[in-house]
Amino acid sequence: MSRIGLFITCVNDALYPQTPKAVVAVLERLGYDVDFPQAQTCCGQMHANSGYRKDAAKLAKSFERTFAGYDAIVTPSGSCAAMTRDQYPDLTGTDIGDRVYELSEFLLDHAGVEDVGASFPHTVTYHPTCHGTRALGLGDKPLRLLRAVDRIELVDLPEADQCCGFGGTFALKNSEVSSAMLDDKCRHAADTGAEYLAAADNSCLTHIGGGIGRVGGPRPIHYAEILASTT
Amino acid sequence: MTTAFPPGRSLRSPKFAESAKVALGMPQLRSNLAHATGTIRGKRATVVGELDDWESLRDAAAAIKADVQHRMPELAVAFERKATEAGATVHWARDGAEANRIAARITREAGADEVVKVKSMATQEIELNEHFEAEGLKAWETDLAELIVQLAEDRPSHILVPAIHYNRTEIRDIFKGRMSDAPTGLTDEPAALAEAARLHLRRRFLSAKVAVSGANFAVAETGSLVVVESEGNGRMCLTMPRTLISVVGVEKLLPRFEDLEVFMQLLPRSSTGERMNPYTSIWTGATGGDGPEDVHIILLDNGRTDVLADEVGRQALSCIRCSACLNVCPVYERTGGHAYGHVYPGPIGAILAPQLEPGRHDDLPYASSLCGACYEVCPVKINIPEVLVHLRQQGPHHVGEKAAMGAAEAVMARPRLWRAALGAARFFSLPWRKRGSVRRLPWPASKWTVSRDMPVPPKETFRDWWKERER
Ligand code: SF4
Repeated sequence: MSRIGLFITCVNDALYPQTPKAVVAVLERLGYDVDFPQAQTCCGQMHANSGYRKDAAKLAKSFERTFAGYDAIVTPSGSCAAMTRDQYPDLTGTDIGDRVYELSEFLLDHAGVEDVGASFPHTVTYHPTCHGTRALGLGDKPLRLLRAVDRIELVDLPEADQCCGFGGTFALKNSEVSSAMLDDKCRHAADTGAEYLAAADNSCLTHIGGGIGRVGGPRPIHYAEILASTT
Repeated sequence: MTTAFPPGRSLRSPKFAESAKVALGMPQLRSNLAHATGTIRGKRATVVGELDDWESLRDAAAAIKADVQHRMPELAVAFERKATEAGATVHWARDGAEANRIAARITREAGADEVVKVKSMATQEIELNEHFEAEGLKAWETDLAELIVQLAEDRPSHILVPAIHYNRTEIRDIFKGRMSDAPTGLTDEPAALAEAARLHLRRRFLSAKVAVSGANFAVAETGSLVVVESEGNGRMCLTMPRTLISVVGVEKLLPRFEDLEVFMQLLPRSSTGERMNPYTSIWTGATGGDGPEDVHIILLDNGRTDVLADEVGRQALSCIRCSACLNVCPVYERTGGHAYGHVYPGPIGAILAPQLEPGRHDDLPYASSLCGACYEVCPVKINIPEVLVHLRQQGPHHVGEKAAMGAAEAVMARPRLWRAALGAARFFSLPWRKRGSVRRLPWPASKWTVSRDMPVPPKETFRDWWKERER
């Protein structure tokens, strides 16, 4: 049996315990044993993408140490997974990213499961986050898992592939442009009339949810929480 | 008439975030841009979808361009030899000033004080029109959109559609107000506007002694230049005047004539969303009795060979100026091209401008959310997000930000400190726990809360929960 390490990400560590809990629930339901290495912190993406290469390299090293003993590292974040795979080789020369799986990759490609036995009697619209979809190449993997959920009603999000405007420090440095992008995303989300807006990254959901908090619209939810639901 | 920016605004400043704010406050501009980029995005997607081998074409184009970057001096010399043998005169220009001087001298020697111009980014980059003006010469744009921008005394805001920031009513008003021979009762019908421009330009084509062009490609094997266009004005300029001056960036070289096969499939689809463009002109030196007799080619460096030295950054030199990346960019769509403060706007501008003019556009690599839409469509597979991050890593950093990032790293690299920080955040956010989110935060976090709530940390973290269940 291979050892699975859970990388919850710094955002979830600080703000969203329910998401990694959901990942644990789904994986355990499918019979996997999951481990949570306590020494984990952040993948270094914010530093790398803001131009702080040295800081990012230190965090990459620390990630590498923490997860060295695991055969598979599962994370509920497309952009953190992309960070380890795309940028670590150049930052520190490690290929640990090859063993990092975004949850939907692990479920579909590694475990070979599409129906995880979830049930969620709600209307849901799905936002494909940029890093997950483009940088990591997730395609419609999270959506495929959602389609297999019992009693869920999926509604298409207009202009779904448009960025929500988060982009890490972009949201602060170019706050006005970011807000204009967010406006459009919130409007499209509200137009769906869905109860929930699901995505594969809580950082994007923090941004979209923060906007929806002002103007109204569906409730943001990480898709892992839908997969964990059995109501 | 609404102009996108007050004419005369300096090309240098203000910084992107400031200019973007101005653009965002212009609803007409935003709706013009959203409409225009949305339409062209759709057209591009359709015609690209028709080709099964699109990805192989992109790979081939990227490989050819990488090869050119490896062998640039050799290819440039080969091109010069072939073009010279075919009767052209090849000039080398280290920078824009030198290229402008050469072009002005040739124009004078041809006994002319004005030139007609084919749409060209290289001559925009070196501000050839402004230079001619200062020397008492006149350069007339003949591309419809460039003509509109020139009449309005504005600046282009898009690589391919320089007047994308105007709608047709605004264009009608520009023609009526600034084109001396505009027909009375001119409507804003596209056909009527095109006809008015055609009549206006015809006189120029017939009298011009000198034309100035750029080139989309320069084939080293044969010494040929290639201009890809839609309107036919380029063909007029390239064939009618006796003297032709082409300003060509050295990165436009292609090794072999057959390489065009790859690029001619990629370029029209990526730029105008057409399977094939209406006019492709290819010429090799001068041909007696057919087209211009006095053919000059100015090979322009203007910072390009310095860019070659950067292994990551040099991808930007593969650009074929199709503007697909502008059309899909959510930032460009909302700010327009002027906000970038450089002749190359949008994603390609954000990676090219800071490299061509080091130290001058350090804010541009940050004018992106790194969403990656540009990389996805780029026909020559320039990994724009990668170059953006690379340039951010080279560039100067704000002292305060640097300190904050360093502190964050110091905490995050030490699990114990990280856990303590999480605890502190939970403690200090206690007053907001009931509400679940914070609506207003002090600067710099106010930049976040201007349009978004900030969630507060939960009562029980995942770590607590995990520890509890391990027991
Ligand atoms: S960077 Fe790529 S997509 Fe953008 S203009 Fe150049 S070739 Fe076209």
